[in-house]
This record gives sequence, C-alpha cells and structure tokens, in this order.
Amino acid sequence: MMNRNRYHNKAQAFPVVLWLLLLFVPSGAGAELLIRITEGADSAIPVAVVPFAESGSLPAGDKVNSIVQADLTLSGEFRPLDPSKMLSLPSERSEVYFRDWRLLGQRYVLVGKLSRNGDRVEARYELFDVNREQRILGETAAAPVSNIRSLGHHISDRVYEAITGDPGIFSTKLAYITLTGEGDQTRYRLQVSDVDGKRAKIRLESREPILSPAWSPDGKKLAYVSFETGKPVIFVHELATGKRRKVADFPGLNSAPAWSADGRSLLMTLSRDGNAEVYRMELANGNLARLTDHWAIDTEAAWDHAGRGIYFTSDRSGGPQIYHMERPGAEPRRITFGSRYNARPRPDPVGKYVYYVHQRDKSFHIARTSLETGEESVITRTGSDESPSVSPNGRLLIYATRQNGQGVLTVVSADGGAAYSLPASEGEVREPAWGPIMK
Amino acid sequence: MMKKSVTAKAFAMLMSAGFVAGCSSTGETVEEEGYGSDVAAIDQDGGSTVYGGADGDGVSSTTLTDEERQAAREQAEQQALRDITVFYFDFDTSEIKQDARDVLVAHARHLADNPRTQVRLEGHADERGTKEYNLALGERRANAIQRFLIVNGASRGQIETVSYGEEKPVVRGATESAHAQNRRVELVFK
Repeated sequence: MMNRNRYHNKAQAFPVVLWLLLLFVPSGAGAELLIRITEGADSAIPVAVVPFAESGSLPAGDKVNSIVQADLTLSGEFRPLDPSKMLSLPSERSEVYFRDWRLLGQRYVLVGKLSRNGDRVEARYELFDVNREQRILGETAAAPVSNIRSLGHHISDRVYEAITGDPGIFSTKLAYITLTGEGDQTRYRLQVSDVDGKRAKIRLESREPILSPAWSPDGKKLAYVSFETGKPVIFVHELATGKRRKVADFPGLNSAPAWSADGRSLLMTLSRDGNAEVYRMELANGNLARLTDHWAIDTEAAWDHAGRGIYFTSDRSGGPQIYHMERPGAEPRRITFGSRYNARPRPDPVGKYVYYVHQRDKSFHIARTSLETGEESVITRTGSDESPSVSPNGRLLIYATRQNGQGVLTVVSADGGAAYSLPASEGEVREPAWGPIMK
Repeated sequence: MMKKSVTAKAFAMLMSAGFVAGCSSTGETVEEEGYGSDVAAIDQDGGSTVYGGADGDGVSSTTLTDEERQAAREQAEQQALRDITVFYFDFDTSEIKQDARDVLVAHARHLADNPRTQVRLEGHADERGTKEYNLALGERRANAIQRFLIVNGASRGQIETVSYGEEKPVVRGATESAHAQNRRVELVFK
C-alpha cells in the first residue's frame, strides 16, 4: 500500500509538466532530423526495458517502451536488451524473476503498464536493480494521448536519474538552424525538436542567414541573430506566442547572444564603438555595460558556471584564443595554448570543463580544457566541427559537423566515447543549442 | 549600377603576393563625420561629364592632342581597374594585399570625384573556424577596405559596411580554392 501512495503523489505532480509543454503551440511542422547511432561506449550498462502491458484503446504508433529504449541507447551510457531475447515479459513486481535477468546479464529491469484514462494515457512503471533484487523506482505518470513521446521521455529521465544520480535530459529540446536550397530558393529555418530529432517545429523561416540560437534559462525564449533586415540583428523570440523583439540593432555587428542565469540580461557582441567587443544588456531597459576593451576581436562570450565571470574568444594574441574574465572589469586570463585557433567557449554546468572549437593540423575539432588541471583533450574524431553545446546535465555534447559534404549535428558523450548523429532529411543542419531542463 | 565582375584572371592576379598594407586592423575609431559637409566640400559639377545623343560621328581621332590621348588612356585604365570589385584575404587576416592597392586607389578616386556615389562593403570569411568569430573577421576586413578608401580620398558618408561572416560563400565546398574565393570583401555600388 505504501507503493500506491507514491504512485498517487507523482500522478498529481506530473500532469503540470506536460500541460506546460502543450502550451508551446507549434507554428509549423518541421522536417524531422534522422537519427543514426554511430557507436556506443564500451562501459554501457545493460538494462532491460520490457514492453509495457497495455489496457484500453491506446494510439497506434510509438510505443512508450521503444521510446525509453531509444533514449537510453542514445545517452551512450546504457545498452538496452533486445526484447526478442527476453525470457519473460513481466509488467509488475510479482512477475519479475531476478534469476532470469541475471542470466541475461542485465543490471536493471524496467517494467510497466499503460492504461487509457479519458484523453490521457497513464503509465505505471517500476525499475529494479537485478543484483540487489530491489525496486529502486515505482511511479505513475500521465500525458495526453497525443503526447506519448513526452511520456516516454519523462520515464527515460526518471530511469536515468534513478540509476546515475544525475538528471536525465530526454525531455529537453534542441534548437538548430536548417539550410535548404540555393540562390532564390535558399531558406534558413530556426527549428526546435526533441533531443532525438523528433517532433521538429519551425519557429522562423528566412531567405537570409539565421545563427547563434541561445535558450533562455527557463526554456521559454530563444535569442538569435537574424540577417532578415540585411545585417546582423539580435532578436528575442517567445516560443509560446511567436512574439519577437529586436533587442540589439546598433550600427555594425549585433551578434553572439548568451543569457545570464537569471534570464534578465544577455551577453552580446557589438561593434558600435569601433570593433567587436562584448557587452551585457539588461533586457528590461536596454542598458548596456561594456565588458571588454581591446582593439582585437572579442566575441562569443558565455557566463562561467558560477555566473560571476565570462569566457570569450579574443584574437589579441594574434589568433583566436579562449579567455576567462573572473568578473566584469577584471584582466582577462588566457586559458588555451594548445594550438593557434581556439574559439567559442562553452562551459559545462558543473564547472569542470570548458568546451570549444580547436584547430589541430588542418582540421577543426571540439576540445575541452579541465578547469582544475588546465589539461586539454580533443574529444571529437570528425573534422570541420563547430558550435559545441553542452547538455544541461553535463554528460553529453552536441556540435555541428560535416558528413559527405552536408552539415549534420552529432551528439557525443562529454568524454567523446559514444556518439549519434542527426542529419537533416533535406539540406544542412547547423548551430545546435541544447535547451535547459524544464522545471 | 556597377556590378561586380569576378573574373578568373582578376582573381588569380589578386591571389598572388601578400603585401601587408599599412592599415591592418588597429581598432581606432574613425570619427563620425556629417555626410552633408563632405558633399559641400567638393565641386559637384567638376567630376562628371555629360555626353550628347546619338550623333557622335563628328568626333575624329585627329582632334585629340597627345595630352588628351594620355588622359583618355588613363581614364580607360582607371575604368578597367574599377571593374575589379572583389578583394581577397589570407586565412584569419584582414590585411589588404599589395596588388589590390592600385584598384582600391582607383575606387577611392572615383568616390572622391563622385561624392553622390555610394558603396556598400560586404565582408566575408571562409567556412573554417567559428561563425561568430568569422562574423567579426568579415567586419574587420570590410573596415580595413573602408579605411583604405577614406585615406585615399573617399568620404565616410559614402561607405557603409556589413559582414556576412561565413554565411554567404561564392563557392561551396571545403577545398582550398573555395576557401580562398570566399575570404573576400565585395564592393557593391548603388
């Protein structure tokens, strides 16, 4: 009976999350990204995601357990068991025989039941630790019938957190830019999709370049640079309503927006005072504070994880390198020395590493430097790599690269071990930005 | 009215040599000048020539003096130079190449002689490196050309600059030749 109580508490809390998601009225269906898993990590944890038992009329199409299985696979940290190899298909605790799962070499087993409740689908699911023969998770979650994928991603997040201790990122969103056509037919599209590339929605379409999408910390807005007026201008775009506001349209560059943790200000690169410098703009009143002052290019700023200082790219040493300014006004300290081209720093959310674009020989890779030891490691094996963006739990990294001459997105584990790529079904995809975990 | 012409010949010519012009990026701010005062300072009738209609058969070469021939030749040379409107750069630099200087001087003179002429300098980078850094690099290239034109007689009010970074390559592809053709500033006359 204790378990029952837990089910009900969760059932009350969860629908709020899904209704918030529903408020994001889609402005247009986008072309979905394909998903291609290229390699898994050797250390992946074996987990059995048993097909969920179903009662009542449930929508055809995506199965919740398939979504969970795919999510756990793409994290690179799990190796789900092929359901055809399962000896039994339990859907609740009394049906789970630990010996069978041990025999199959599984560390964890997820079982569950789906039922229809009006226009909603309810999932009851339980996660077991096979070695300890213990249940480590037992919850209920519900979502509108039309939102099965959200339900699947939510369960993936819960399972991931129960096993690793870190929050899952399967319910988060990606923003990116697609490019199709040539000449008059050229179209840039700002799109938002799930982390597996599904459910893509077009948020802005333009004949002129769009770049540098950046998520507000609450996941409700995107800042980006659009050339729709013939020059780079920074906009802030409210996803729920589609309302947009020009926030920076000064003479010269208006580029590289990055949000502060409280969502009230944007770092940006402006050249209004002569050349590219980093500024901070208070969004409420448009007040500007200049943070860098140098004849060199200063751009691509991002707050450090503590929110006190900034990382940015500067070519004050002769070529682009990463600098850290401990607090606004402090003397910048150079932190990259390993090659002649290091740019676009993106710190992880826990303050362990800063990731950036790194040139080695003739190729561009994503590298990271440990903030503790200063040690640098190259983590991508592709070339022409750009635009690193770290997942909100710090475990994964998405970046843009080229495959067969086309721009694709690739996700790797933060140490470079596992990988999957997200090519566009048509044309190029670039400039990924990993959205925050929605509270 | 003048359209850019990117000929292979001009490209090859401009790709050679790597003279460092005296106006590499220094970040000094060029003073904002009133557009009106620049225009007033120059004799507006002096720079333009009005030609008649279709009855041109009265002109014969025998009426030209040596000085006139020389002037005509120079004018033709200047015109030929000004047909080149795209200027190329080395990777991650904004240094104007030596053999671009004569062409840019011709453009600067033309702008000085025609104060109502407006030009837009469009700065570009190749696809290598990061997009935002390339946006700033494209601007620095456009600014380098702008400073050169101003130093050589054009007025600031005639020139506007914009950077497209790596967003508008003329040649797609990852070859060195494609990269070289994409690292450029284009002069677009209105």
